[in-house]
Amino acid sequence: MSAMVHAGLGTGESAPGRIAAGGLDLTHGTVLYLDDISVSFDGFKALDKLSLTIDAGELRCVIGPNGAGKTTMMDVITGKTRPDAGTVFFGQTIDLTHLTEAEIAQAGVGRKFQKPTIFEHHTVFENLELSMKADKRVRKTLFAKLSSEERDRIAAMLARIGLAGDAGRIAGLLSHGQKQWLEIGMLLMQEPQLLLLDEPVAGMSDEETEKTAELFLSLAGRHSLVVVEHDMAFIEKIARKVTVLHEGSVIAEGPMEQVQNDPRVIEVYLGR
Amino acid sequence: MGPFASAFSRLYGAKGWAALGAVACVIFVVFPLLNLVVPAASPFHLSAYWVTLIGKIMCYAIVAMAMDLIWGYAGILSLGHGLFFALGGYAFGMYLMRQIGSDGQYRQNMPDFMVFLDWKEFPWQWWNSDQFWWCALLVVVVPGLLAFVFGYFAFRSRVKGVYFSIITQALTYAAMLLFFRNATGFGGNNGFTDFRRILDIPIATPQARMTLFAVSGAVLIGTLLLARWIVTSKFGRVLAAIRDAEQRVMFCGYNTVHYKLFVWTLSAVLCGIAGALYVPQVGIINPSEMSPANSIEIAIWVAVGGRGTLTGAIAGAGIVNGAKSYFTQAFPEFWLYFLGLLFILVTLFLPQGVVGALGQIRDKLRVRKITRMPPGKAS
Repeated sequence: MSAMVHAGLGTGESAPGRIAAGGLDLTHGTVLYLDDISVSFDGFKALDKLSLTIDAGELRCVIGPNGAGKTTMMDVITGKTRPDAGTVFFGQTIDLTHLTEAEIAQAGVGRKFQKPTIFEHHTVFENLELSMKADKRVRKTLFAKLSSEERDRIAAMLARIGLAGDAGRIAGLLSHGQKQWLEIGMLLMQEPQLLLLDEPVAGMSDEETEKTAELFLSLAGRHSLVVVEHDMAFIEKIARKVTVLHEGSVIAEGPMEQVQNDPRVIEVYLGR
Repeated sequence: MGPFASAFSRLYGAKGWAALGAVACVIFVVFPLLNLVVPAASPFHLSAYWVTLIGKIMCYAIVAMAMDLIWGYAGILSLGHGLFFALGGYAFGMYLMRQIGSDGQYRQNMPDFMVFLDWKEFPWQWWNSDQFWWCALLVVVVPGLLAFVFGYFAFRSRVKGVYFSIITQALTYAAMLLFFRNATGFGGNNGFTDFRRILDIPIATPQARMTLFAVSGAVLIGTLLLARWIVTSKFGRVLAAIRDAEQRVMFCGYNTVHYKLFVWTLSAVLCGIAGALYVPQVGIINPSEMSPANSIEIAIWVAVGGRGTLTGAIAGAGIVNGAKSYFTQAFPEFWLYFLGLLFILVTLFLPQGVVGALGQIRDKLRVRKITRMPPGKAS
């Protein structure tokens, strides 16, 4: 039985889309490379020949009005939506358009949803346990036992996201801001190379937003981050390079002041 | 703690193990004594009627736990579990039919229905069916393989929720129609009955009946422990996470298709084993076991007892079937109304089922106790 289940996972060298054992190939300093991505839903072009590069260790902010294609872009990167055309390369070798959601996550892409998505009926500790980087195949998970080193890692993360006193609490009982932090903690437990964060500070208090900005700045360098956010004050705090999307394409890219003064951006945001 | 001791304490606490020990004692010692040793005239004698009824309900309880694994924990509502139960029953029924030998109505070394249909030799499905081990293997493999193939395509295509439930209903209905046909080779609408022996031992003796009862009890307890081991493992936590937020589980790097497929196939196999134990005890298997209503009833047992608790599944199977055996004798025409009413009442007033409601009451009492304690001691 279990042999049949595992057969689909493919450990053969020839399996297509297999992730190289040595980890991510970052030889050209690029962690993510979207090339000419197009996605349409019933004739509506959500993404229109979108091209975008994210450097290793970069913290990139993506802004744009509603319907600009920000969430669709994340869906394409994480395998939720298959593009009609174009390629998404993670590092130099991995084409994400051929992988499933789980394979993409295992390759090192973590995603935070717009609405905090945690396991509401599990404890805070269990949320981190389940997302922790590990062999996530059926048989391994059946016989998995937490090592003391893994417990320490979870404890360290609990302290880092300010939930050390809530380890045994049912996650559904946390406040909105705490849930956002728990989800960020779950992402970090996966030890991803690339984090995609969809409106991470929505519903947070000013103090929580402040702390989140500090956290993201401390993550940049070791991880690459792509942050989609509407909160301009937050963007200003963390942004080094900003990409503006409009109707599924990039209309401006650069430092915050430059983008803010770009006439096209002003037109898109303020209307004519 | 050694690995065994920690596994023990992971499954149940001291109280839980004591309760389980008591139940095992009743099943393996008290009931056999009351049935086989206490004379029939004594008021303490346990009649064959009760042995069969309780044995039957224990088989249903195994099915209910299998249903709870897939519905209560993984959030996948199957309305076709009666099919896997019936397939296990048919697989073992073939062996029981072969054990009749030439004691049938027609005194030929072939099941009566085949003689009646003027078949000269056994169809291919019956190959090796006179071997106990072969049929025991089929009991596991046939439901397991069907569930695996069906589940593979359904889960890979991301068929979910009510769509999945409807397809499983259609599956069991289609199988019922197939088994109604004489040409399918399993006795058409009459199915299998009139069993005489099992492993060459006469089946209608108190000893044989009690042996089947005890084996059902052992499988019931074994299933409970296996299921409990699964749901308290990391695998079990992943299952519950799939139920609550499947997308997040996928983005955590778990291939949810494999998880669902594993527990779905296991659930079907458990149903098959329960069916194989059920058939020799009730003495009949026919296609009506595959009727859509039977599969819906399984879901009702679990809903009544309480989803996601395992013991609730056992309790639900016991409550509903106990009530059923009473009602169908006392007020036969009202049974279905009662069942419908029970389901509505439980949905409205006990959404967590009987066991879930008991747990809530216990929690409330505990809170009251704590608040009544003098300050400083409340911990």
